[in-house]
Amino acid sequence: MDSRRTPRTVIDPKVRHVGFFAPPDRANSGQTDPISTSSSPSPPAADISPSGNSLSPVMIPPPRQSSDSRPIPLVHHPASPLRRESIPSGSSYNPSDFFAPATSPTASSSFASMTAVGGYGESSDDVVALSPGRAVRGGSFRASASSSFPGGGFDLTALKASSVPASELTTVSVVNMPPVIAEKAGGASVEMQNNRTANLKPAKEKTTKAERRALQEAQRAAKAAAKAEGSKLLGGGSSAVTSVNVKPVKGTKTASQKNDSVSVAASDKKVGDRLAEKDRKKEVPQPRMQYDDKSRVDKAKRRAVVNQTEARNRVELFRHLPQYEHGTQLPDLESKFYQLDHVHPAVYKVGLQYLSGDVSGGNARCIAMLQAFREAIKDYLTPPKKNLCRDLTAKISSYVSFLIECRPLSISMGNAIRFLKSRIAKLPLTLSESEAKALLQSDIDRFISEKIILADKVIVKHAVTKIRDGDVLLTYGSSSAVEMILLHAHELGKQFRVVIVDSRPKLEGQLLLRRLVGKGLNCTYTHINAVSYIMHEVTRVFLGASSVLCNGTVYSRVGTACVAMVAHALRVPVLVCCEAYKFHERVQLDSICSNELGDPDAISKVPGRVDLNSFDHLASSEKLQLLNLIYDATPSDYISMIITDYGMVPPTSVPVIVREYRREHLWI
Amino acid sequence: MWRRSASFILDNQQRRKDVASSSKPESISLSPPQLSSMADAFQNPNSSNPKNSAYYQTRAAHHGVVTSDWLAQAQAAVGRPPDDQASSEPEVPAAAAAASEPGRPFCVIDEFNNWRKQPDLAEAVAAIRALATVIRSSEATTMMELEIELKKASDSLKSWDTTSISLTAGCDLFTRYVTRTSALEYEDFNSAKSRLIERAEKFGEISYKARRIIAMVSQDFIFDGCTILVHGFSRVVLEVLKTAAQSKKLFRVFCTEGRPDRTGLRLSNELAKLDVPVKLLIDSAVAYTMDEVDMVFVGADGVVESGGIINMMGTYQIALVAHSMNKPVYVAAESYKFARLYPLDQKDMAPALRPIDFGVPIPSKVEVERSARDYTPPQYLTLLFTDLGVLTPSVVSDELIQLYL
Repeated sequence: MDSRRTPRTVIDPKVRHVGFFAPPDRANSGQTDPISTSSSPSPPAADISPSGNSLSPVMIPPPRQSSDSRPIPLVHHPASPLRRESIPSGSSYNPSDFFAPATSPTASSSFASMTAVGGYGESSDDVVALSPGRAVRGGSFRASASSSFPGGGFDLTALKASSVPASELTTVSVVNMPPVIAEKAGGASVEMQNNRTANLKPAKEKTTKAERRALQEAQRAAKAAAKAEGSKLLGGGSSAVTSVNVKPVKGTKTASQKNDSVSVAASDKKVGDRLAEKDRKKEVPQPRMQYDDKSRVDKAKRRAVVNQTEARNRVELFRHLPQYEHGTQLPDLESKFYQLDHVHPAVYKVGLQYLSGDVSGGNARCIAMLQAFREAIKDYLTPPKKNLCRDLTAKISSYVSFLIECRPLSISMGNAIRFLKSRIAKLPLTLSESEAKALLQSDIDRFISEKIILADKVIVKHAVTKIRDGDVLLTYGSSSAVEMILLHAHELGKQFRVVIVDSRPKLEGQLLLRRLVGKGLNCTYTHINAVSYIMHEVTRVFLGASSVLCNGTVYSRVGTACVAMVAHALRVPVLVCCEAYKFHERVQLDSICSNELGDPDAISKVPGRVDLNSFDHLASSEKLQLLNLIYDATPSDYISMIITDYGMVPPTSVPVIVREYRREHLWI
Repeated sequence: MWRRSASFILDNQQRRKDVASSSKPESISLSPPQLSSMADAFQNPNSSNPKNSAYYQTRAAHHGVVTSDWLAQAQAAVGRPPDDQASSEPEVPAAAAAASEPGRPFCVIDEFNNWRKQPDLAEAVAAIRALATVIRSSEATTMMELEIELKKASDSLKSWDTTSISLTAGCDLFTRYVTRTSALEYEDFNSAKSRLIERAEKFGEISYKARRIIAMVSQDFIFDGCTILVHGFSRVVLEVLKTAAQSKKLFRVFCTEGRPDRTGLRLSNELAKLDVPVKLLIDSAVAYTMDEVDMVFVGADGVVESGGIINMMGTYQIALVAHSMNKPVYVAAESYKFARLYPLDQKDMAPALRPIDFGVPIPSKVEVERSARDYTPPQYLTLLFTDLGVLTPSVVSDELIQLYL
């Protein structure tokens, strides 16, 4: 035996998957792979053989929660490495550009959110500009997929066209399939496609509700018919192809047969699935507002209470984030106080506090918000002819959007809101209004005390065990949890020194420094510029966090990543203290795609230094773009440990906590 | 299976003669008398010898550190078995004995020591068995009382040897596993208790079989023609290698010497008996031989929450060398060794001290590092073979969270 054989190859299949992992491969994936591999490396061959050809243009991004709701187990499965390569190539190809999103209606939203993370940059635009494609929804998709199977393709579509009853629209969507196939077989025939879009667009515009309903019914019927026929036909069809091309077809045959059986089964379950799909869609968090999306921004503006003027020179890379002139909203909002009758005064107050920066810090903001909601619920009266559960949810949502206008929500606040809404939704119907309100108020109180205050106590208890005599502890900025830890350790009589690293423009560390020195701790204060110098003498780094994401990324004050990186490079353990309610199931790889932008003027102006404030005349220059990021993302590699209310866990265990916590979430 | 049998003693005697005949300098270190005798192991380690940690002593007793006085002791034991029994009995901790004599008919420590006499039984399994007996012989009449009793027993076991990670972890896990059952749903206390006993037995059984399961699970990773580097003496690793040898796999093993306990010698001895080709290395030759090695196999004293392991001194450096040469490091550890600890660095755990014998007198001004074990961070480990399956280091925390939360 070759002793140099790499043992890793032996390992891979044996690893037990625990926690989150990709869904197990489809049963048919094994057979489909050979086809796709056979087709993709040799494009000319693909032109000739229809079987190989059927795959490449119809690139369907897999729906994220796949399983049986997926209409047809597409010939590509998510785990296939091939898909990644073929998607970009497909999207450069005109028809698939149009079709890729259209063919997966269920996936379109999840796909959009995937684009933020994955590498499907080009096709993401299509998802938005989809309206004609959406008309082709479910039914035609099925038709397209099944017709794209070898052999049966052409006969099938003809058959379907004949079997479809009346409605002109349905025939449009079904008859449209042949061009696609033609394109697949022959290459790009753009005119045809244009025809088709032209066909579709007016059709879409003039439909009324009833018509659309009829259309749906018809499509459904057509689909069922097609399937019944198709399952008979396809068997014969594929055998016909066998004679043409032996090698790839072997896989296709079994695959298509399987597909048939699955799709037939799926049609039975479809209604149930659709409901489940709806539920799941609710579960999936809404994609964030992208501020470079003009139409949505305009819409949001019309609803907005706070008048915000957009910053003049927006930073190009961060156009998707709100960039407003700071300092203009507060007086404006104050003057509106008597007009905003739909916002509860307590919420209004908190909003103003956010806006002016009086309340900052994840926990403080969250507590303030929850208490304001508590007040609002206390004063709430269900309007006549309305349901408490629904009306209150709507109310809370309007408060939340008001707060967002004042300052973008932190992830912890998002979690708290989600908690509150789920509590409202789960209120028993039998409760009277006053009981329901009392219940909700006690829920809010419990959330604050258990998830925030008690959690902090537990974190302190755990973290103190990691402080030894003679330690030099470094902290960055001002974190309430870290402050409590340091004070508690001091109370226990541990001998240690604290290094507070701070940064412009907020200089939050100074407040922390003042409080710690007041309690008699030994402190060193420095700015982040000196962190690489000071790190040599540090034995532990304690950091707070705004949120911890599912891949272990810590989302925190800008500068944290820098401190963690330096600590990692010098082998100083980095401990992140974060309550579990701030954990979030999102995954974020950089700090660009989601962040908050502060006042750009804050970084250009140095108070008390007239000589440095020479930016003033440049402020109107188009060449100057000031960027004041609030948060950054620290990769999990730099983090030795996360201290939460569930104990000390490695960053790899965040998904476990999220999972367990979610369950508990429902219990409370 | 290894017993403290005459054959082994004879083997050792044989080797001792060999060593003695060759005038290597190491032979000196075999012979110097060591005053902390084997009998200490059965004493309460906390009270007996403050200089050497209990961890080291129990390890010495269990893993049979090859020292001359151990041999003498063992020989004596073979000569007069009843006497040995008698001599070890009275050395049961005085406090425990006092507790057992008056009112209480039962004492955990006694029970624990009884179980511990089975050389093949891991310390934690002995503790688990002893705790199971606690439940069985308990006279409690309510669930709460029983739980308190169990808690007390496990506390006394834990305080018996505070440095042993597996003992602490085993006790905790047992309590967790047993009391976590929905015993409350039983109206009747007796049926609830029998349910607890059932679970306790089951846990004991699982723990007892763990070693076999690990051996089976890890067979896929040993391929024909591979070279395995082993550090220290671990019964699990021995079991793994033994199973592989029995299934006619062809592999060779490099054993480190494992100074100062020379546990590697023991392992190589055992493997030679199985006709596995073995090569002994001195501990400092690890990097030298690493390019020939296909995988590193180590046991663990404890698996911590980060997924790293705490093991005999030297494991960390071997893992570092293996990591830098891209060789996989496999850890074989039973799941009762999973501990809720999270050391951040080497000094971040309770040190387990041991005597180190350099063969020559050391001037008193010279300081000696006497820690018996080190911590290997998870990024240097490839996989953990446990009775829960083959795990990546990050899953350890997953399992622990599920067990404890």
